Amino acid sequence: MECNCIEPQWPPDDLLMKYQYISDFFIALAYFSIPLELIYFVKKSSVFPYRWVLVQFGAFIVLCGATHLINLWTFTPHTRTVASVMTIAKVLTALVSCVTALMLVHIIPDLLSVKTRELFLKNKAAELDREMGLIRTQEETGRHVRMLTHEIRSTLDRHTILRTTLIELGRTLSLEECALWMPTRTGLELQLSYTLRQQNPVGYTVPIHHPVINQVFSTNHAVKISPNCPVARLRPAGKYLPGEVVAVRVPLLHLSNFHINDWPELSTKRYALMVLMLPSDSARQWHVHELELVEAVTDQVAVALSHAAILEESMRARNLLMEQNVALDLARREAETAIRARNDFLAVMNHEMRTPMHAIITLSSLLQETELTPEQRLMVETILKSSNLLATLINDVLDLSRLEDGSLQLDLGTFNIYTVFREVLKLIKPIASVKKLHVSLSLAPDLPEYAVGDEKRLMQTILNVVGNAVKFSKEGSITITAFVAKPETLRDSRAPEFLPVPSDNHFYLRVQVKDSGCGVSPQDIPNLFTKFAQNQSTATRNSGGSGLGLAISKRFVNLMEGHIWIESEGLGKGCTAIFIVKLGIPERVNEYKLPYMPKMPTNHGHTAFPGLKVLVMDENGVSRTVTKELLMHLGCDVTTVGSSDECLQLVSHEHKVVFMDINVPGTDSHRITSRIHEKFAKRNERPLIVTLIGNTDKLTKENCMRIGMDGLIVKPVSLDKMKSVLSDLLEHRVLFEGI
Amino acid sequence: MDIVNQLQRQFIDHSTSLHREGIVDDQFTELQKLQDENSPDFVVEVVSLFFEDSEKLLNNMARALEQAQGVDFKQVDASVHQLKGSSSSIGAMRVKNACIAFRSFCEAQNREGCLRCLQKVTHEYSLLKNKLQSLFRLEQQILAAGGSIPVAK
Repeated sequence: MECNCIEPQWPPDDLLMKYQYISDFFIALAYFSIPLELIYFVKKSSVFPYRWVLVQFGAFIVLCGATHLINLWTFTPHTRTVASVMTIAKVLTALVSCVTALMLVHIIPDLLSVKTRELFLKNKAAELDREMGLIRTQEETGRHVRMLTHEIRSTLDRHTILRTTLIELGRTLSLEECALWMPTRTGLELQLSYTLRQQNPVGYTVPIHHPVINQVFSTNHAVKISPNCPVARLRPAGKYLPGEVVAVRVPLLHLSNFHINDWPELSTKRYALMVLMLPSDSARQWHVHELELVEAVTDQVAVALSHAAILEESMRARNLLMEQNVALDLARREAETAIRARNDFLAVMNHEMRTPMHAIITLSSLLQETELTPEQRLMVETILKSSNLLATLINDVLDLSRLEDGSLQLDLGTFNIYTVFREVLKLIKPIASVKKLHVSLSLAPDLPEYAVGDEKRLMQTILNVVGNAVKFSKEGSITITAFVAKPETLRDSRAPEFLPVPSDNHFYLRVQVKDSGCGVSPQDIPNLFTKFAQNQSTATRNSGGSGLGLAISKRFVNLMEGHIWIESEGLGKGCTAIFIVKLGIPERVNEYKLPYMPKMPTNHGHTAFPGLKVLVMDENGVSRTVTKELLMHLGCDVTTVGSSDECLQLVSHEHKVVFMDINVPGTDSHRITSRIHEKFAKRNERPLIVTLIGNTDKLTKENCMRIGMDGLIVKPVSLDKMKSVLSDLLEHRVLFEGI
Repeated sequence: MDIVNQLQRQFIDHSTSLHREGIVDDQFTELQKLQDENSPDFVVEVVSLFFEDSEKLLNNMARALEQAQGVDFKQVDASVHQLKGSSSSIGAMRVKNACIAFRSFCEAQNREGCLRCLQKVTHEYSLLKNKLQSLFRLEQQILAAGGSIPVAK
């Protein structure tokens, strides 16, 4: 009945047991609720990375709780089942807690590092905050600069610009004083030009070569300078410490610094100095952003100043030009008035002077015709001579003025060139022979007999030139040559502006007058053609004349589209006067008197050239016959020869034209031509030499011209062609058929 | 008068064909213009002169070109040149053109070419001679029949 197992139903320490019982119960409770709480909160947060750990923890706690719970049953006698359950629970708990303990070794360092990262991020955030603050301040500065620039650039007036700068800077930076020192004209001193507070600064100057100033000028940054520096002593010394002073250089860019295509090199040496002073009783310091603002503003000021300078410069130039314009206008009007006055004067003189002159000359000539004593005759002759001279002078002067006005026009007409030269010779021969000068005239054979031009004035020009030659030669000879100027020789190196253009109905006549007189020295040559300029040598002072002759001749020559000049090797070496004038070639006039045609009764079919004696030389019998027939058909008296020797034998002065039919112009034609030239020295007796040729080119034509032929005809020659060719030939004495 | 008309028409045809075929050119017409009552036989005379000259020249050329040992091209050229001159004087266009070609071969001293050209020139010359002789015969016939030579153009 009594069992041996001691199973206290209730232990004797009843109270202690009770408390342990209660504690175990509460521990178990707590141990069960903690995981529940953890699960609840972890479920709420999604970020927690260590779920597995939590599960472990939960298991550990649950099992601990279970252990403590099961412990409750061990206070009272319990069955074996309870003991085994207890054991299982304890074993599991032990397992899980060991595993958990091992896991914690990994986890806790991680958790700690999370903390470090958090700290780092916080610091970063603080830094960013600071930078944001800085950027905001910079933006503020930029805004200030823009506003300042806007203010400064809104005017082009230098003073306004500077004044505005100082005012705005003062306001923006709350400065006590702001001043600008400009370099003086000499560049050796800086002069106080503008200040903020004082309205009219005294012209206080400071020498420019001060170490502090040099330092400021050497960099384009704003430099903090000592308040004791001469440039900074702007305020009267106060009780308080003066505020910090900053100085910055302002480059003064000149107009010459701006090249067209590149930016100005900042190698300019002129700087102004801007000094900024903080309020003296504040503890303010210059901040970096404030300095940057100052530098930016200074640059803008420099540009604005240059613009202002450019504007001033251009305004000045414009004013100058306007003044000059006005002056020129006035001068022009005065000149016009003078010209008009002169013209009026000349017009009056023209009439008024000529009338009495005419009267004197006429009456003196009439007087000459009457009965006079020798003395009286002498007197009248002198009067006549003097009045003639005077009349010439008046005419010359008036002519010249008309020439200069451009109101003189040439009287064009057809005239005989030979006649003109003969006349000149006739006029000059008496005077020349008195002076025992020999005058010779040489006219080129290719000179056309007739030309179109102003005969009177051409004669005047030739006469003037020849007259000068005679006047200025005491002995020796005068040679006059005239020929047609060839195109190559027309361009004279001495007259580069003379650009003659040969054309089909004009030719250029070149006349050269060479004398063996006193010559002209090279430095006088340019003056020869100016009005009233006379060669000052004593020999000529007695020769009279007005000195207008050459000037007038030059005007005439220019009117004839030519050129006149004088060449001389020096004093005592004679001189040559040369002029070239453009003359027209007269139209073919059919009823023109051909000097070599004796009048014969006209014959039907032979009206063209009756009796014209011609010689035909042709080695080819057939073509000789044809040419002969052709010419006979035109009425010519034709003699034919078959070789050059025969030709030379038979040619006589009766033959007017020699036709040479040469296959190739070679030595034969050359020989014949030169022999004919030799045989008939006098130009008028020589027959014209014409060659007929099959085809030709420019070279052949030039060759023919060169060897002295008068004409060239291209075969085949029709009747009409021969007719027109012969008429041209006989009229002009030259015919080179154009290619 | 029918005969005269017929002959005249034949003459015109013949003359036209001469010009059309290029055997003669305008120079021949010019020659015909030169013939008048003062020189009534001018054309015939000139043409006969031409025939004489040409035959001599052609013989010269043939002989010169037949030389086995070295052809004297200068001589040949001179003859061709003469023939060219004569033919152009009377307006024998084809003969003249043949001569021009002949000359270039002479300059090149090409014997074969020269022989060929000589053949051509001879051929043209014979053609010309025939044609002109028939033309002249027609003229005679017209004149004998009492008609007048129609003037071309």
